[in-house]
Amino acid sequence: METYTLLRQFADSWMLLFLFLFFVAVVFWIFRPGGHTAQQESAQIPFRHADKPASTSSTPQPPHPEVRS
Amino acid sequence: MSNYLKLTVLGVTTIFMMIAANYARDLAYQVHAVILTILAGGLFLWVLRQTDEPEPITTGNSEHEYFDSVIRAGVIATAFWGVVGFLVGTFIAFQLAFPALNFDWSMGLTNFGRLRPLHTSAVIFAFGGNALLATSMYIVQRTSATRLWGGNLAWFVFWGYQLFIVLAATGYLLGGTQSKEYAEPEWYIDLWLTVVWVAYLAVFLGTIIKRKERHIYVANWFFLAFIITVAMVHVINNLSVPVSLWGSKSVIVWPGVQDAMVQWWYGHNAVGFFLTAGFLGMMYYFIPKQAGRPVYSYKLSIIHFWALIFLYIWAGPHHLHYTALPDWATTLGMVFSIILWMPSWGGMINGLMTLSGAWDKLRTDPVLRMLVISVGFYGMSTFEGPVMSIRAVNSLSHYTDWTIGHVHSGALGWNGMITFGALYYLVPVLWKRERLYSLSMVSWHFWLATIGIVLYAASMWVSGIMEGLMWREVDANGFLVNSFADTVAAKFPMYVVRGLGGVMYLTGSIIMCVNLWMTVQRTPAREANLRVAVPAE
Repeated sequence: METYTLLRQFADSWMLLFLFLFFVAVVFWIFRPGGHTAQQESAQIPFRHADKPASTSSTPQPPHPEVRS
Repeated sequence: MSNYLKLTVLGVTTIFMMIAANYARDLAYQVHAVILTILAGGLFLWVLRQTDEPEPITTGNSEHEYFDSVIRAGVIATAFWGVVGFLVGTFIAFQLAFPALNFDWSMGLTNFGRLRPLHTSAVIFAFGGNALLATSMYIVQRTSATRLWGGNLAWFVFWGYQLFIVLAATGYLLGGTQSKEYAEPEWYIDLWLTVVWVAYLAVFLGTIIKRKERHIYVANWFFLAFIITVAMVHVINNLSVPVSLWGSKSVIVWPGVQDAMVQWWYGHNAVGFFLTAGFLGMMYYFIPKQAGRPVYSYKLSIIHFWALIFLYIWAGPHHLHYTALPDWATTLGMVFSIILWMPSWGGMINGLMTLSGAWDKLRTDPVLRMLVISVGFYGMSTFEGPVMSIRAVNSLSHYTDWTIGHVHSGALGWNGMITFGALYYLVPVLWKRERLYSLSMVSWHFWLATIGIVLYAASMWVSGIMEGLMWREVDANGFLVNSFADTVAAKFPMYVVRGLGGVMYLTGSIIMCVNLWMTVQRTPAREANLRVAVPAE
């Protein structure tokens, strides 16, 4: 079989299916139970460490409610 | 020890470039060889002066600070190349209206055909590219809570990228172009950009890997997609074999329509990933920061990301309707372009709704207004784009000024405005100033730029649709009614209006440069750890 035909058939079938399922899985993953809290926390990232890097300890910082006015 | 290695490489490069200048088969290549001889020779002397000298003492632990010097340089370069790119664009707009501006004495250097790629590359790659370099390196440090990885590699990326811009720009003026839109630089410049880009990826990815935040903030996902995809499409679209080591001409490995397909796969992803994904990274950081509230929906931002990168990569063939490309391929491109409307507007809504509960800030904060109108223009041009990709609409719009208007409502409105907003945000922060020098100058910039874009887009709609209708007009016997020159003559008033829009946009950007300069020079410095209320003027 020609390389082109082989790749074309693969792209049309399994790769397409994989990409589609990957996308659907991402959407399900986003709406997983408990995801909301983690996302709220992630959305606050720009408001932390604006001036200085985190200290060398790798413990995650507590969520910071204070935002720039 | 590493200095000896540097000296060897620079010395060999200098000699090689001298030989290249001697054997050069064309002018662009020869000029570039001379530029590189001077550059490599100068760097050789500079390194030599520092070799076997005592190491300068560094104070403090730099890991406790962000690497901001390279970002300051990036901000200056963005403002500089922006003004250059807008100036060239305004000039070539008037060249189209008044052909006498293609001066006889400079024919072959500054005529429209030579200046046009200089304009597009200057605004996309020099202005937009430097904005992306600066903001991505700023944002990845803040959202990863760690210093840039790789030390001075970031400086190599910055200066290497400026060298790419200078070589590309001088090449265009001297006729060194491979005639592929947005991919005009010749093979040796493409190779250099690849080296710089790999270094950029290493700096960015290295910083993400050593991050102190557990989660990778969504802006960094967009930047990473932009860096990787641009690397991929750049390398594949430039797979060409040089005719000679001593000349700039090269031949692409794909024949005919395959080359066209690969070129527009590249071209549309330059739009989709360089001008969209990368700038969305800016949107997801600077709008929340300037509004003082987190992004409206973090869920939506993740769906926005995956939907956008899965869909954009397929949209390229809509540039090739009614060509030798098979219909199924152009239909595929068209369908994906229309589906793209959804994630684009999802992202726009996410950006705009970040202001919900803080809409009053639009009245008082012209910087926020700039960021928000850029998202508005993003929504407008990502609605217009899918419409124009439909085959029936495309048969009217293609090859007309409508396309030019569409590109500029996206480029001037979305990319330009969000970059201006980011610069207004960054300069007081990076130079540790209390505030901007003048908010009323920001307002002037805002209105000049907005009205300029409206003039530009409106005149190009009128001109483009008129042109499309004139081209297809046939009389009762089936003969075409208008010659091409008839449409050119009819477009004259619209061309003048478009040029005036450009003048307004350029004026606004110069006001911005003055304002930013005065911010650094005149505004009081920001006191660290000391909050002093500054009375209103």
